[in-house]
Amino acid sequence: MESFLSRFKNGLVLITVLLVQIVGLAVQVRRTVDVSAPDPHSISLMRYWVVATVAPVERFFLGFGHTIRGAWSNYADLRHVRQHNRDLEYQLAQLRIQQAAIAEDAIQGHRLQSLLAFQQHYITTTVAAQVIGTSGSDLSRIAYIDKGREEGLKPDMAVITPDGVVGKLRDVFPHTAQVLLLDDQTSGAGVLLASTRIRAILRGTPNGRLQIGNLTADSRIKPGEQVLTSGGDQVYPRGLPVGTIESIAPDPDHQPYTAIRVRAAANLSQLEEVLIITGTQTDLPQQARQDLAVGAATTEAARAAAQQAEAEATAKAAAQSAAQIVADRLPSLHDVTNPTPSLSTTPTSAPPAAIIPRPTPVLRPDRYTPGAAPPATSLTPGGHNPQPANIPRPAAAEPAKTDSEPPPQPPNN
Amino acid sequence: MPRSFTSRRELAQHSFYPAVTLLVPLAAIVLQALLPKPIPWLAILDLPLIVTLFFAVSRRNPISGTLTGAAIGLLQDALTAQPIGVNGIAKSIIGYVVASIGLQVDVENLTTRILINFGFSLINSVLIYLINRRLLGITDFHLMWLHEFLRALLNTLVAIPLFFLLDRGRRTE
Repeated sequence: MESFLSRFKNGLVLITVLLVQIVGLAVQVRRTVDVSAPDPHSISLMRYWVVATVAPVERFFLGFGHTIRGAWSNYADLRHVRQHNRDLEYQLAQLRIQQAAIAEDAIQGHRLQSLLAFQQHYITTTVAAQVIGTSGSDLSRIAYIDKGREEGLKPDMAVITPDGVVGKLRDVFPHTAQVLLLDDQTSGAGVLLASTRIRAILRGTPNGRLQIGNLTADSRIKPGEQVLTSGGDQVYPRGLPVGTIESIAPDPDHQPYTAIRVRAAANLSQLEEVLIITGTQTDLPQQARQDLAVGAATTEAARAAAQQAEAEATAKAAAQSAAQIVADRLPSLHDVTNPTPSLSTTPTSAPPAAIIPRPTPVLRPDRYTPGAAPPATSLTPGGHNPQPANIPRPAAAEPAKTDSEPPPQPPNN
Repeated sequence: MPRSFTSRRELAQHSFYPAVTLLVPLAAIVLQALLPKPIPWLAILDLPLIVTLFFAVSRRNPISGTLTGAAIGLLQDALTAQPIGVNGIAKSIIGYVVASIGLQVDVENLTTRILINFGFSLINSVLIYLINRRLLGITDFHLMWLHEFLRALLNTLVAIPLFFLLDRGRRTE
């Protein structure tokens, strides 16, 4: 017996080690109904020991890297801060306009949802965290973050970035947590195709892609369509962007279903900061309500301004039309040589009665020309009255007229 | 210049400083977890496998190779979402087989090292495939040969200079 053991001890050790691990695997597989669910306590404890050993080193390298990168990026950022500020101000203005446009739809949608008693979940609280490491294997899409149970995180909380959904928390340790990325083979999410409103289940594949595999061929589904969370999985709130459809092809493994490949909205391979949704509620959050009110007020103000502008334009058009009517009725009063463009191009708000017709200018003005005679108040009966300057003087050959000469008599008819 | 012949007695005499035995596998696992964050395509690399191969060929003791492979594999599994034991089983087998080969051939030759790294990277992929398909029942798990070939190639490229570096931590009794 002893010689047998000593002779085959290498093989026996290997078999023992393999058997122990296979039994361990069998126990894990038997216990775990949902593969994406957190591990049982004993497994979690083992993961915790390893994570507790590895995470401090990852934090150290992350902090070191950030210090170096921060020093350089601070300098680089300062150089472009003015331009960035201008860009952001412009972007803010654009967003305000967009917000005003969306607010009305949002109010309407909210009202309809209340009518239908639909339970919408709005994000109320989030915890920001930094990604400190990965699983190190391309067969398991996992990220480690620097926040854990102490910060209020729990398993199955949704993890997002401003671009879209990232995944959900799997195992949560005191100061670290494991994020199961959406493209892991054990990951899944309830999704909704944005334009066709078709509900589906999105899953990760072993090669790290996102795929919808429970839909049969449908001509309405086209590449480029946006995919949103449906909220049906009770993990991800409804309406978060997941990605866009990349390709549609028959699934050879699962006929008659199609394999719809989805490109993730968030950059799952290079995550830096993420947000963990720690709280949702069925009502709109206070801040969102305020934003919505601001948006609605902006919409109302824009609408009032548009109405006022329209009223002004109508009044101007009416005034112009009235002036045109008066001008048409008095065709002889048109100043042909000196037209008043203000009448046609710049409509005035003054009433038509205020427009005084002007006489046609004469070729050779004399004392009888309108406007040539001085006002009556300045004339002295029988006295010396000045002659207006615009009346041409008599030629030099003509005999000079004296003041004593009698004024020329009007011709007798 | 690598030696072309080493006696069996000499082959069995290599050992490592305890710090090297402990820290090198740990460093490999930490680096493996850290590197794909800034450079995502480095997730294809398998540093723990390279370290397993190195300790197995250097110690030339199948029991030691099995236990080292199991320990490194289990540590690697603990960081993933996979059930613990997938990499443990694969690397236990690889540690045993490589250490057994180390008793028969000269594994300090450059060509032998290249062949061992390339070949056992592919074998590791096949073992993980079999474990996932047969033991865990994941029917969607497929073996992408081109991907695994690239993995083996990259592992070999990294392993050769790393082996020479780690040779310095070896002590001859």
